[in-house]
Amino acid sequence: MVEIQDLHKSFNSNLVLDGVSFNVDEAENMVVFGRSGTGKSVLLKCIIRLMEPDAGDISIDGRDVLQLDGKELNLLRKDIGFLFQGAALYDSMSVRENLEFPLKRNFDLPQSEIDERVYKVLDAVSLEEAVDKMPSELSGGMRKRIGLARSIITNPNLMLYDEPTTGLDPITAKEISTLILELQKAYKMTSIIVTHDLLCAKIIADRAIVLEEAKIIHSGNIDELVSSNDPFLRNFFSDEVIENNRS
Amino acid sequence: MNNSSTSNKYFDVAGKRLANFFEMIGGLFTFSIRYVKEVFLPPYEADQVRKHMIDLGMMTLPIVGVTGFILGFVIAMQLQPVLVRFGAEAFLPGSVGITIVRELGPVITALIFAGRVSSGIGAELGSMRVTEQIDAMEVSGVNPFRYLVVTRIFATTFILPILTVYVIFIALIGAYIAVVIVQNMTWEYYVGRVIFAVEFGDAIPGISKTFVFGYIVGLVGAYKGYTASNGTEGVGKASTSAVVVASLLILIFDMVLVKITLWLWPTI
Repeated sequence: MVEIQDLHKSFNSNLVLDGVSFNVDEAENMVVFGRSGTGKSVLLKCIIRLMEPDAGDISIDGRDVLQLDGKELNLLRKDIGFLFQGAALYDSMSVRENLEFPLKRNFDLPQSEIDERVYKVLDAVSLEEAVDKMPSELSGGMRKRIGLARSIITNPNLMLYDEPTTGLDPITAKEISTLILELQKAYKMTSIIVTHDLLCAKIIADRAIVLEEAKIIHSGNIDELVSSNDPFLRNFFSDEVIENNRS
Repeated sequence: MNNSSTSNKYFDVAGKRLANFFEMIGGLFTFSIRYVKEVFLPPYEADQVRKHMIDLGMMTLPIVGVTGFILGFVIAMQLQPVLVRFGAEAFLPGSVGITIVRELGPVITALIFAGRVSSGIGAELGSMRVTEQIDAMEVSGVNPFRYLVVTRIFATTFILPILTVYVIFIALIGAYIAVVIVQNMTWEYYVGRVIFAVEFGDAIPGISKTFVFGYIVGLVGAYKGYTASNGTEGVGKASTSAVVVASLLILIFDMVLVKITLWLWPTI
């Protein structure tokens, strides 16, 4: 589904991705771990070409992303959902308008079908009552849910999540993680999730990679990574290790 | 030694500011070229343009109206004793009319519009940029430049001339009230003298240059907001610098356009 080969990206002299390569299979959930500032979000933005990598190859469903022109890129983006760290809801639009926006702009659908899809995704995130609210009236968790609803309303094949649980309390973070997993199963989506929330990763991930100093230093399933004797991983997951030891 | 290092520091700061200034001018030029390329391409966001024209026009209407009234009133009061000194007080309506129509109406309206609208566009787009709303739009397969930038620049370009005509009208009313306070003059006589003095040759260059001023207001506000960075601090900077740059460019372009007009039509 997604193939990344030898990806390089730097900002002036700051190298953030140095030969990153990995594959994500269809309907797989891949978590990208790493400390803050290690290029996780940059990786996601390169995949969807919000940023241009310096070198490397990105392929989605056999399409060479870096060779696509503007129209082809827009077509590809219709098949991809992106949940931003702060949800990125349009402040000047109500929840309904936020959800309708990608449908009205990209698809020639009758209003009845648009309404149907709006209520379907709101039902999926359990927020039907928020349909006419403005984003400023929503809590952080609600904004994330609406952001998620907006991302899946076009029925994407691939979902990219940028820190989906950052800034949320542990209970809401767990709810969002569970919701992401449920939606992934319901919509049969492939997902790449950037996070440093181990609980979120444990709920969602089929497989994980760890980025450090612009390179992938480990990959495998979560249990392997958490139980690894590697000093970096032991340090990275130390809080969780302490918590497990206590219990 | 100390003096030399202090002066080097000043040169460094001045050099950086100069580099930033030229970078901004280059950025505005590139932004402008992109606007010209995209404004003619479908989809045409007519609804958005109409919405921005109404919003921006209604937002600015009260403040430019009050400013126009005061402008006309003050010009008439200032001119009246001067014209009396030369025994030319009969020329008061015509002088006020020509001053307002040719220069002060368009420029003052544009400066007020820049203060209100350029900063607003800068803050709005800047906020959308730093909260990733512009990225979200791009990911949705929507061209954010066309949806957010082209529509706003188009709206400011065409709403400012309308506002200017309105301000000129209000300013002439203000001037009439000032005239009536000091000398007896009927409205019909006043309007007749203004119409007699102000020709199309005065009105057309005056109104025409406001299309350029409107374009500048939209362009600078959109450029500053669209390229904002560094969180809320960046949004604040985008908003304030948009006003400063737009106002300065309006005055520079006014100087250039007046010179070009007089060069092309010396009898105007």
